[in-house]
Amino acid sequence: MSGPLTNRLITFGEVSRFYGEVLGINRVNLTIPPGITSLVGPNGSGKTTLMNLMTGLIRPTRGDIRVLGIPPDRPEELGPIVGYCAQFDNFPKGLTGYQFLHSFLRIRGMSEVECAERTRSALDTVNMTDAAQRPVGAYSKGMRQRIKLAQAIAHDPQVLVLDEPLNGLDPMARAETIALFQQWGAQGRHVIVSSHILHEVDRISDQVILLSHGYVVAEGEIQGVRSEVKDQPMQILIRCDHPNALAARLFQQDHVVEAKIHPDGKGILLRTTDADRFYLLLNRVVLETGLDVESVAPADDDVNSVYQYLIGGEGGTV
Amino acid sequence: MNPAWMRQLTGVIALEWKKTFLSRRGWWVYLLALGPVVLTFLHSLIRARNQGGHSLFQDTQIFAGMFELYFLRLGIFFGCLGIFSNLFRGEMLEKTLHYYFLTPMRRELLVVGKYLSGLIVALVLFVASTGLSFWLIGRHQGAAWSEFLQHGAGLSQMIWYMVVAALACVGYGAVFLVAGLFIRNPLIPAAVVMVWENLNPFLPSLLKKFSVIFYLKSLCPVQINVPPPLNVLVTDTDPASAWIAVPGLLVVAMLVLAYAAISARRVEISYGE
Ligand SMILES: Nc1ncnc2c1ncn2[C@@H]1O[C@H](COP(=O)(O)OP(=O)(O)O)[C@@H](O)[C@H]1O
Ligand SMILES: [Mg+2]
Repeated sequence: MSGPLTNRLITFGEVSRFYGEVLGINRVNLTIPPGITSLVGPNGSGKTTLMNLMTGLIRPTRGDIRVLGIPPDRPEELGPIVGYCAQFDNFPKGLTGYQFLHSFLRIRGMSEVECAERTRSALDTVNMTDAAQRPVGAYSKGMRQRIKLAQAIAHDPQVLVLDEPLNGLDPMARAETIALFQQWGAQGRHVIVSSHILHEVDRISDQVILLSHGYVVAEGEIQGVRSEVKDQPMQILIRCDHPNALAARLFQQDHVVEAKIHPDGKGILLRTTDADRFYLLLNRVVLETGLDVESVAPADDDVNSVYQYLIGGEGGTV
Repeated sequence: MNPAWMRQLTGVIALEWKKTFLSRRGWWVYLLALGPVVLTFLHSLIRARNQGGHSLFQDTQIFAGMFELYFLRLGIFFGCLGIFSNLFRGEMLEKTLHYYFLTPMRRELLVVGKYLSGLIVALVLFVASTGLSFWLIGRHQGAAWSEFLQHGAGLSQMIWYMVVAALACVGYGAVFLVAGLFIRNPLIPAAVVMVWENLNPFLPSLLKKFSVIFYLKSLCPVQINVPPPLNVLVTDTDPASAWIAVPGLLVVAMLVLAYAAISARRVEISYGE
């Protein structure tokens, strides 16, 4: 594939990345159009790995990545179109905010006039003009986060990759930062934002990508992701004293995809497309037969559980 | 005028030289450079008090020994290790290298920029230290030393020592920059290079030429010899003439640097967990 269309997209084709024996991400296929895309997943799910891959800081073990048609191992071509706000909270020593932005614009080869102009404008964008002459080392966490954003946007890239940019921000700063993402997204840029909290980013995102243990578990518009998650059968483990009796009742239900007696004979592993109806049924069975239920819990290796985790749910249904 | 790559290069140097000079990790590099100055200063003080003692010729012999045994094999060697192996390794430890890697700057140019910044620092420290130490070592001879420096062989000796010190920085700088790019623990390459360089007199003539010390020793204005009984093991290669030694060393340094520049394209940002 090539041509104008793919040149507007970021694409991952069957991309895997291992760190020695450790899995970073596995067999990821993605297409990211302009607009705001959120990468959401628990810690260690592979968000940073994906971002480091698309910015060329690391290379895939297998698979093919293109950022607007450019392979990320060509810094000369990728550098001008990508801005990355990395999760590392580190800065070159001894620089003021202004010097930090200015130095790296100069290293991009810009003229003195252009460096000064762009530095000022980026500082203004993130509201850091007043603190610009202070050393970065003396900044608060929120200020450091903002100066990193300014550094990522200063050269006016088409693609912005922002790793957990809302981390450590107070609610005010959060709202301001989110407004910036929306502004950049509305300008037609690719704004890729990672977070381990879904509701922090779902409303502003044009697309959400859910990651778990290095795999993409759901992808699309947030409504789509919600219903995709909902349509996926949910696994529930019920511990009780008479699993056979319960199983007999369950098999009559059309929302039950599968019900297996647990190997130890003291429970049922159930897959259902409608957890709400299952819970209603379970209550009825308990009332009618006096079934002794020890525990009911989602089995924790499905999309649903990831989703529950991400929305900070207490368990239960979607 | 002033094309983009020049701005990139000067940009890197502007950022790096300060960092290297002010590096807290590198404080001991200053000690290495200051040490011989202090020693030669004390030497001249003590000698000035106990008149007589030894001759001007002996002072130049002492310096020749000190230059080869201390400056070349210890001071500049470890000084360059400290300065150059930190150019990349230091930024990996401090998690700041990605800022460079995200710019469109050619990685080759980044290597050159960092190398030049390290070189500026190393040259200032060790060439100055060499010159000062030489000037100090015979100062107690009074007028005779001034005469030697101004009208005798002294000035030319001093300049040659400073040239050799500079070339040592050029050579060891390149070697340790590469080491810092790939190897986490700088003591490993240091040990390997050290063993290699110290075996040099005993190597066959062809292998001798793949080292830094071979060229440096050829250029020293006053030669000192391997003491017996080890001298029977030494392969006699004619010391290279300056016309060969200087370009020879520069070529070795350029080759090492070219290797660093090419492999820098494959370096990943992995700060570790
Ligand atoms: N440099 C590394 N070396 C070894 N393992 C790593 C490295 N970076 C990431 N990993 C592993 O890869 C997985 C994904 O990590 P990461 O991409 O950082 O996830 P996230 O950003 O979502 O927290 C984790 O299991 C992590 O331990
Ligand atoms: Mg991360």
